[in-house]
Parts: sequence; structure tokens; C-alpha cells
Amino acid sequence: MQADFFAKKRRNSFIYFALLIFLTWGAITVTEYDVIKGFTSIPKAVEWTFSNFYPNEKAMTKLPDILKTLVETVLVSIAATTVAALFALLCAILGSNTTGINGIFSSFSRAVAALFRNIDVAAWSMILLFSFGQNVLTGYFALFFGTFGFLTRAFMESIDEVSQSSVEALRATGAGYFPIIFQSVIPASMPQLLSWILFMVETNIRHATLIGILTGTGIGFLFSLYYKSLNYSSASLVVIVIVAAILIIEYISNYVRRVIL
Amino acid sequence: MTTLLEFKNVSKQYGHDTKALSDVSFAVKEGEFVSIIGPSGAGKSTLLRCINRMIDASSGEIIFDGANVMDFRKKELKKLRTRIGMIFQHYNLVNRLSVIENVLHGRLGYKSTLAGVLGLYTEEEKQQAYSILRILGLEDHIYKRCDQLSGGQKQRVGIARALVQNPKMLLCDEPIASLDPNASRIIMEHLKNISSSMGITVIINLHQVDVALKYSDRIIGVNKGRVVYDGTPDGVKTNELQSIYGTDFGKTVDEQGGQHAG
Repeated sequence: MQADFFAKKRRNSFIYFALLIFLTWGAITVTEYDVIKGFTSIPKAVEWTFSNFYPNEKAMTKLPDILKTLVETVLVSIAATTVAALFALLCAILGSNTTGINGIFSSFSRAVAALFRNIDVAAWSMILLFSFGQNVLTGYFALFFGTFGFLTRAFMESIDEVSQSSVEALRATGAGYFPIIFQSVIPASMPQLLSWILFMVETNIRHATLIGILTGTGIGFLFSLYYKSLNYSSASLVVIVIVAAILIIEYISNYVRRVIL
Repeated sequence: MTTLLEFKNVSKQYGHDTKALSDVSFAVKEGEFVSIIGPSGAGKSTLLRCINRMIDASSGEIIFDGANVMDFRKKELKKLRTRIGMIFQHYNLVNRLSVIENVLHGRLGYKSTLAGVLGLYTEEEKQQAYSILRILGLEDHIYKRCDQLSGGQKQRVGIARALVQNPKMLLCDEPIASLDPNASRIIMEHLKNISSSMGITVIINLHQVDVALKYSDRIIGVNKGRVVYDGTPDGVKTNELQSIYGTDFGKTVDEQGGQHAG
């Protein structure tokens, strides 16, 4: 009986492994991908990067332009996140189990949040491209919708987790709905909410670059412009500036998190 | 003494076949200290929460201070709750706020929405909160955040929050279940003191039979949603405990029961 059990387990592992090999092999054949050529081209790519993809003196003259668009991109991300956070907080309070008004609204707000969250920001920006065109608003709203969906869900969970007990206590004292929200729910869940907002600001700055390439705005657009006009040194400067900006933002948000928690 | 609270054939049903309370009737006089004992899941918490309508009973009448609370609409219900303080096993404080802020939360039921939202408290309310905290021995911790307090201190903040409501009655839902023996004794002594010196009626759910027998004026034993004992602590003997907790209650009860009933 016991020998059987282990034999069965071994057989199962073998089947999974064989299946995986088969899938990989099938995918390689269908796409006509040459594995050896793929790996041997990596050193070449690195070599190319080092010989072309670095900022030179001419690129440095573009730095003021690049920084200007960087600031624009960062500000758009922050604006989209904070405004979305405001709407998400409203939606989360009305829809959470602890503070929700009723079941129907709760399911409705969960459904809306799920819909907005599951459409990726890149998909949002393509959808919005139709209505707003190549405009900074397209990027703004793409970030806004994605963030709104994600934060609504995250806020709901934070609120339920943190404030259930104190909400019960305040309801028992006869306090009304709004005093309970402002005196208990918001103070109790504030650190978690802020932490989620900071996380979203970081994520959105990364996304904003990508969306910029799609919608032709901000620093992403500048990158694709330089890259397509074969101005690789300026394009590399854009990449370096983005990486630096992301690291700085992350450092700041980690610092803020440490202080508030 | 006048009757403050009366249950008349109160039942509570969850779903179709789970009966948390069936046909519960008893009366509590003003100023009494009543313990409700019984096994887990017997319906003690439900019974307590039916009084301030945190849970709505399915049928029967609950008369508090001459009015049937089951008929109350939203506004009357709010007013009822301001007159009944509640204390919880897990304290249910806002841990990130200070002691004084948590205590003042007990006044929110008396305030307009705007004053409540902004947390505007009058000078008298603050003075009252301070003097209650002093009675409970917390005057050194007023501005501390609640997450820095011990369990016993947190529960005293919970009591202060209930007292600042100027309640006629205190409902305590297993207030010492998460506390060590020493802190438990302090809490029970404060509750007893509140009952006798301020004349506030106290109804308390307890798991510790010995504690219940020691502090109470009256014991109500609940099992499977029914009141199986209603009388003085002196009347609680092995037989009664077996009818409350089941015949398997065992030898420890013989010892405890003998000790306290004797």
C-alpha cells in the first residue's frame, strides 16, 4: 500500500515533467526559435549597448528637455494616483463589509473595482486613445482607472481588517455613521491606506513611462522619439534618468512609510 | 427596586434551523450585578447584543426602562445605545489613537454629525473623561497611544469609554477572557465598584464560574439558547452547573462547586 503511494507520486512527477518538456519543445518548433542563436546573441547585444547606448556630450544638451518631461510624467502619475485614491476611498468605505451601506452597493462597488483593476493600464491607454487622442489626458485617465480599481480593493481589505472591532464599539455607543467613519475607520486604517497610495505612486511612475510610449506623451514619448531617430545616446540618457527617478521615489516612499507606521 | 430590563419570550434564529435563543425570559432590577454563564456557543453573546440591538431578536419583547426596544426606529435606537455602555473581550479600541481620544468616543452618540465628524468635545466632556480615567487609575497614561498599553489597561480604557456615556446599564461581553488573573481581578473589582457606587446595572458574560459566583448578585445560566438557571449565586451547586454546562462537566467542577457553594 505504502510502496504504491510513493510509486504513484513518482509517476505523477514524471508525467508533469514530460508534459513540460513537450510543451517547451512544441513552442520552440512552432515559433522556429533557435535556442543556441538566441543565447549567443546576448554578448553581442551587450557589446552593442556599450558601444552605442550611453549618453555622450551631445546628449547632455538634451538633459533640460528630458528633465522637464520627467517632471511632467512624475506629476501626472502623482495626480492620477491621489485623485484615484480619493474616489477609491469613497467607494471602499461604501462597499466594505464593515462600513458598507448595503449588500447591493457592496457587490456593485466590488464589481466595478474588479473590472477597472483587471484591465491593464496599457489596455486602458489604448482604449482611451480613441477618445482623447495623443494627449496627456489619455495617460492620466489610463493611470487613474487602473489605480482606482486596485486601490478600491486594497482599501476595502485594509478597512475590514483594521477597523471592524472599533466600528462595532462605536455603533454600540450610539454614534452615527459619519462620526464612526471619521473618528474610527480613517484613523485606524490611515497607515495602511497611505502605504498603498505610496506603492501605487511608485508603480504608476513606472507605468507612465510605458504609457508615454503608447500615447505619445511624457518621457516615454521622448524615449521613442530619440530611439526611432537613431539618437541612441540621448535615448540612453532618458533610461538613466528614469531609473534614477524611480530609485529616488522609492527611497522617499520607504522613508515616509517608516515614519508613519 | 424597579425593574430596568425585562426579556419576554425572546427568540433569535439564524437562518432556518440555527436557534441562538429560544423563549428567553428574565428580568433585571436597577443596580443589579448579573452574570450570564454557559458554554461557548450557548447564546450568551447573542443575548447581550439583543439588548442594545447590535443583533435584532426574531421574536418576543425586550423592555428597557419601560419601552420595548424591538419597536425602536433609527433615532430612538441611537438614543437607547447612548444609555447602554458596552465592553468587549478584545477591547475594540482604536489602537492608534490616544487614551483620551478613545474615551471621548463614548460621547459621540450625544453629538451632532458635524461635531462628531470633527471630534469637537466640550470642556466638561474632557473633564468628565479625565475624572473617570482617574477613578480607573489611568491618569498617567492619558496621552499615550492605546497600542502601548497592557491588556488590563486597554480594558480599563474600554470601561472608561462606556462610563463617559453616563449609561444606565453596562453590557460586558467576556471582559476578562483575554486577561491574566491579576488584571482580571482589577477589572472585576472596578466593575463591581461601578455597580455599587454609581448605581449602574451591570450584565456580564463570563466563562469563569468562580468569578461569576464571587462578584454577582444574580446568576443566569444559559445552555443551548435557553435559560436553565436564574437565581442567587448561593443556589449554584454541582447539579445546577451540570444542567448549565452538561453532565460531562467533570471533577474540577465538584471541587470548584463545593468550594464556592459551601
